[in-house]
Amino acid sequence: MINATLKQLGDALRAKQISSVELTQLYLDRIARLNPELNAYVTLNPETSLAQARAADARFAAGTAEALTGIPIAQKDIFCAKGWLTTCGSRMLHNFVSPYDAHVISQFNNAGAINLGKTNMDEFAMGSSNETSYFGPVKNPWDVSRVPGGSSGGTAAAVAARLCAAATGTDTGGSIRQPAALCGISGLKPTYGTVSRYGMIAFASSLDQAGPMGRSAEDLALLLNTMVGFDERDSTSLQRDKEDYARDLAKPLNGLRIGLPKEFFAEGLGSDVAQAVEAAIAEYKKLGATVVDISLPNTRLSIPVYYVLAPAEASSNLSRFDGVRYGYRAPEYTDLADMYEKSRAQGFGAEVKRRIMIGTYVLSHGYYDAYYLQAQKIRRLIAQDFVEAFKQCDVIMGPTSPSTAFKLGEKGDDPVQMYLSDIYTIAVNLAGLPGMSIPAGFGANNMPVGLQIIGNYFDEARMLNVAHQYQLATDWHSRAPQAL
Amino acid sequence: MSLTEQDVSKVARLARIAMSEAEIDAAQSQLNGIFDLIAEMQAVDTSGIEPMSHAQDVTQRLRADVVTEADQRELFQSIAPQVEAGLYLVPQVIE
Repeated sequence: MINATLKQLGDALRAKQISSVELTQLYLDRIARLNPELNAYVTLNPETSLAQARAADARFAAGTAEALTGIPIAQKDIFCAKGWLTTCGSRMLHNFVSPYDAHVISQFNNAGAINLGKTNMDEFAMGSSNETSYFGPVKNPWDVSRVPGGSSGGTAAAVAARLCAAATGTDTGGSIRQPAALCGISGLKPTYGTVSRYGMIAFASSLDQAGPMGRSAEDLALLLNTMVGFDERDSTSLQRDKEDYARDLAKPLNGLRIGLPKEFFAEGLGSDVAQAVEAAIAEYKKLGATVVDISLPNTRLSIPVYYVLAPAEASSNLSRFDGVRYGYRAPEYTDLADMYEKSRAQGFGAEVKRRIMIGTYVLSHGYYDAYYLQAQKIRRLIAQDFVEAFKQCDVIMGPTSPSTAFKLGEKGDDPVQMYLSDIYTIAVNLAGLPGMSIPAGFGANNMPVGLQIIGNYFDEARMLNVAHQYQLATDWHSRAPQAL
Repeated sequence: MSLTEQDVSKVARLARIAMSEAEIDAAQSQLNGIFDLIAEMQAVDTSGIEPMSHAQDVTQRLRADVVTEADQRELFQSIAPQVEAGLYLVPQVIE
């Protein structure tokens, strides 16, 4: 049952082979057994989850069930869920019980899905290893001495370890794709604006995008069908006709043009990752695709641009955490300014403070043009690279991450080393394009390698088709960590 | 470009983050490492390029000028650090 697809689970529930209560309990039991080691979940409410499961079973009895009704889904702890502790991986929100639901949460609730629990994450989604969480690092289920990636590391580990049927993540600079790659699962960051950001705790608002993480492209399509939708409460939510993201899954890939950016296969890419990605491309050729050499000449600039824009937006977004209306307040202070400064000093971790300070600096008087405005101009150049590239190809492929999962603590002391590991994912956020990662074999130390698929704007259905056809021809996506 | 201790201390104050001398020292070298990375941007010729503030080229939606939020003061204040008589309490700022 724990290896079933979402469609198979839905069929089993509909056929009354298993009830949602039984399925939810099965996952809760696995979590109780495995989570103490993995630390993938930070909050569980078994009573609430089981109450949702009973309501889902009633929907099956009444014949009002939908595709995801009764299916246990884990939610990244960045999504506000009414009555649930919602911490965003931070001491600042260690006691924040959300008084409202994020749009993503209410979409899943309306579909009758079960909120199985909240997953661990890098603090305020700032990190690539899940080591910045106030609640401790998540362990990679393939090797518990290694990181799961970040920032959606708890989600990735939970999906890989079969501690949920599927889950949500968010991606500001690679936070869905990189942990998906490092944990051997599938994850998709949709086109910016397709999933509402309402109730999703903001990091860098012009880049943040929620998306599904699961064990196959087919599962992601079902999840995306539920997550996408116009929401007037998000000022950047796009008004578009409803689409079925599973509609093209079965299409053959004959004639598909795959662009391979030379910058993604240059110095810095691990040879084990390169080998796995090249093997995946060879498989695509067998499936009828052709390969086009392309160039994204400004790729290397995406890191400096991102580390100006994202901290700038973060410094503004995180100014709301002041110890007045909710969250952490320092126990002792002398006056109002002291209360702000101590609450924020004690409530935020080192990486978050670092990024707030970078952002504060680049936005401060006298530096705005040199940093923020210059970064926004180069952002346009980076986006333009993709416009040119998509004149020659239908999808772009390459590695998701330059290496497989590294050891816990390995990059701890040097933020710059950590930042450089996002080289292949960041440009996609800057351009606002959809991107995904799917399992494509194993590299050094038998750790999973992710293949990144980048699509043109609103081309998620085609990307899912491209991923699904590969998953029909290979079985990397159905491999599970043996130790569990 | 290199941030001095005074720069770091000023930024910490602007960001409302209390920092000890030792923390300012540590932050200084890490921030300078990050600004070395960022410096690569400065050499790029961007004359005539429009800044891109957003992924989608759309204009801000307007909404009707009507109340859409219900009053949930009690619920919201139930999670506040300190409230009294429906008000959020902070240290006195006016004598």
